[in-house]
Amino acid sequence: MKIGLFIPCYVNAIYPDVGIATYKLLYHFGLDVDYPADQTCCGQPMANAGFESKAFELAKNFDEMFDQYDYIVAPSASCAAFVKYNYPSVLKGSHPCRTSEKIYDICEFVHDVVKPVKLPGRFPHKVSIHNSCHGVRELHLSSASELNIARYSKIKNLLSLVEGIEIFEPDKVDECCGFGGMFAIEEPAVSVCMGEDKVRSHVAAGAEYITGADSSCLMHLQSIAKRNKLPAKFIHAVQILTSGL
Amino acid sequence: MSTQHAKAAAQFILNREQEQWHNETLWFVRQKRDNMAMRIPEWEELRELASQIKMHTVSRLDSYLEMFASEAERNGATVHWAKDAKEHNEIVYSILKSHQVKKLVKSKSMLTEECLLNDYLIGQGIDVVESDLGERILQLMGEHPSHIVMPAIHRKREEVGKLFEEKMDSEKGNSDPTYLTHVARKHLRREFLTADAAMTGANFGIAQTGEVVVCTNEGNADMGTSLCNLHIVSMGIEKLIPDLKSLGVFTRLLARSATGQPSTTYTSHYRRPKEGGEMHIVIVDNGRSAIHGDSEHIQMLKCIRCGACMNTCPVYRRSGGYSYTYFIPGPVGINLGMLKSPEKYCDNVSACSLCYSCNNVCPAKINLADQIYLWRQKLDSFRKADRIKKLMSTGMKFLFNRPALYRIALKIAPVINHLPRILIYNKLNAWGYGREMPRFAGESFSSMWKKGKIKKTNNQ
Ligand code: SF4
Repeated sequence: MKIGLFIPCYVNAIYPDVGIATYKLLYHFGLDVDYPADQTCCGQPMANAGFESKAFELAKNFDEMFDQYDYIVAPSASCAAFVKYNYPSVLKGSHPCRTSEKIYDICEFVHDVVKPVKLPGRFPHKVSIHNSCHGVRELHLSSASELNIARYSKIKNLLSLVEGIEIFEPDKVDECCGFGGMFAIEEPAVSVCMGEDKVRSHVAAGAEYITGADSSCLMHLQSIAKRNKLPAKFIHAVQILTSGL
Repeated sequence: MSTQHAKAAAQFILNREQEQWHNETLWFVRQKRDNMAMRIPEWEELRELASQIKMHTVSRLDSYLEMFASEAERNGATVHWAKDAKEHNEIVYSILKSHQVKKLVKSKSMLTEECLLNDYLIGQGIDVVESDLGERILQLMGEHPSHIVMPAIHRKREEVGKLFEEKMDSEKGNSDPTYLTHVARKHLRREFLTADAAMTGANFGIAQTGEVVVCTNEGNADMGTSLCNLHIVSMGIEKLIPDLKSLGVFTRLLARSATGQPSTTYTSHYRRPKEGGEMHIVIVDNGRSAIHGDSEHIQMLKCIRCGACMNTCPVYRRSGGYSYTYFIPGPVGINLGMLKSPEKYCDNVSACSLCYSCNNVCPAKINLADQIYLWRQKLDSFRKADRIKKLMSTGMKFLFNRPALYRIALKIAPVINHLPRILIYNKLNAWGYGREMPRFAGESFSSMWKKGKIKKTNNQ
């Protein structure tokens, strides 16, 4: 099984440790992981801002670059969701889209494909899970709070494999953190207000760490926590899963 | 790069206490909706059914409209067709005039808000009295609804108490909700007794039987229609459903989605005029048939105006109904506004973080967020795209399509970490409003990978 690692632009530049943890985890499971050197960004920022056509080249290159792998794995639920759900329409009529079926968020991939029953290491901390919009409502990493379906959480299942961890969730369990790409700069007042509420509710839930599958939400929340000097630390779920590696 | 919505929202949030109250009050309604939805095992099936019934009706709208109209006339009602707001208002006025109506009592109708009927009739000398409590409060305040189901939700009871002191002679300083409701009841009773005609909206029109169904909690629609001999119904063409059997699907969904009640207190069926009276049904298009021809947005015709998408919307809750430039706010209003006039109402398209919660609560399963995404793609063609966003998107396109350049940029990026604050945190940087900049890592993942610092080999 050949895996192509997709490290989205901002993870590459700001959170390389999340990328490294992703690699480590996949390697730990004995998987054959490769990182195509010419990858950049999935194109979501432009598309969500209303310029989907400017993402066409990127989508086409991405599709060509990653087509050789059996699975594509990325430590960012939102970017994975964009490739999965938007690439077919971005490329429609001009280029076949082969990668949308193969892309997974790292947590989704480990949970659904690798299915580990144990993980080495301990993480003796209180963490609060940030259920991101695209993770929940597009990739279905957990049951969306609006729907009358059986409750589940893939991230919770995975984190529970780590010894010593105490898992919490905030009130308004999967409400948006206010990032939304360009939304954050086009509607800064609402965006920041949403982010502040979110950090506070994680802290109120008892979190030492705020964690999740979406580095972009965590980046937004971290930036807000820092400005407001709120006592919260941030860590991507995959970094917790690799605490013993 | 601020839209009207962004500016108005910022203003709303300045009063953080009020914003939090608004946010939590509507969230409470969302929670009540959740409690109801989770208690019905077949909830998701009901939503799917509702969606299919509506799409089915919409796909054969012409024949269902004909069926409805001929049944209604057989029942003794008079059916009128209005192609737009102006025609609607003129028809209503001509009916009122021919009956020498001086005072009209209305129950809640978003369609008459859409047509600006009240202003028009008042201009013609008719005394128009809203009889839904929330609507009446707003009418006396000279305001319009900030929510489609709870129109006066932005007003606190103390403000209502003050208003009633002034307009209804209530006790000074008494803002007890039960007391105020009694005062309003007495006040409205007089209005009902002296009205010459009653007007209602329609939640549903049943094609099979030619009846209209009106859902209220206060019984005000029934008060009006029972006391007056003249009943005028204003109904959009999309309100039709095939038969009474399908109505059951919608009455199970509507109140649960809207306010978290199992059903509205009153579900009134109006099939024929009361004895010795008249019933007129004005069927209104006002742009709806154009939506019918738009495959990307046709789903908006499934809307039953429950307001659930507004209650769940994290942006609506934090920015209030008046921050939107269309008279219907929230996800439903963003879309309906764009369908009305993209040039005029494009400022609301920014009011969405694409969280998709609205899609999940909508009882008719309308893909509201997907449609907002589609509208954003079109803004540029209306010349309404934000200049800076366009520039940034073009810049990103340039950079990300050049991997070598991207790698150089990654190398330089950490320099930003050390720039003086004033260069970073200024008016040009909207991110810096309330947020610190993220710090670039000393070395990017791709650079470490290239140098072989990450990849392990099997004997390592
Ligand atoms: S779009 Fe859906 S959720 Fe929103 S008001 Fe209409 S029916 Fe209700």
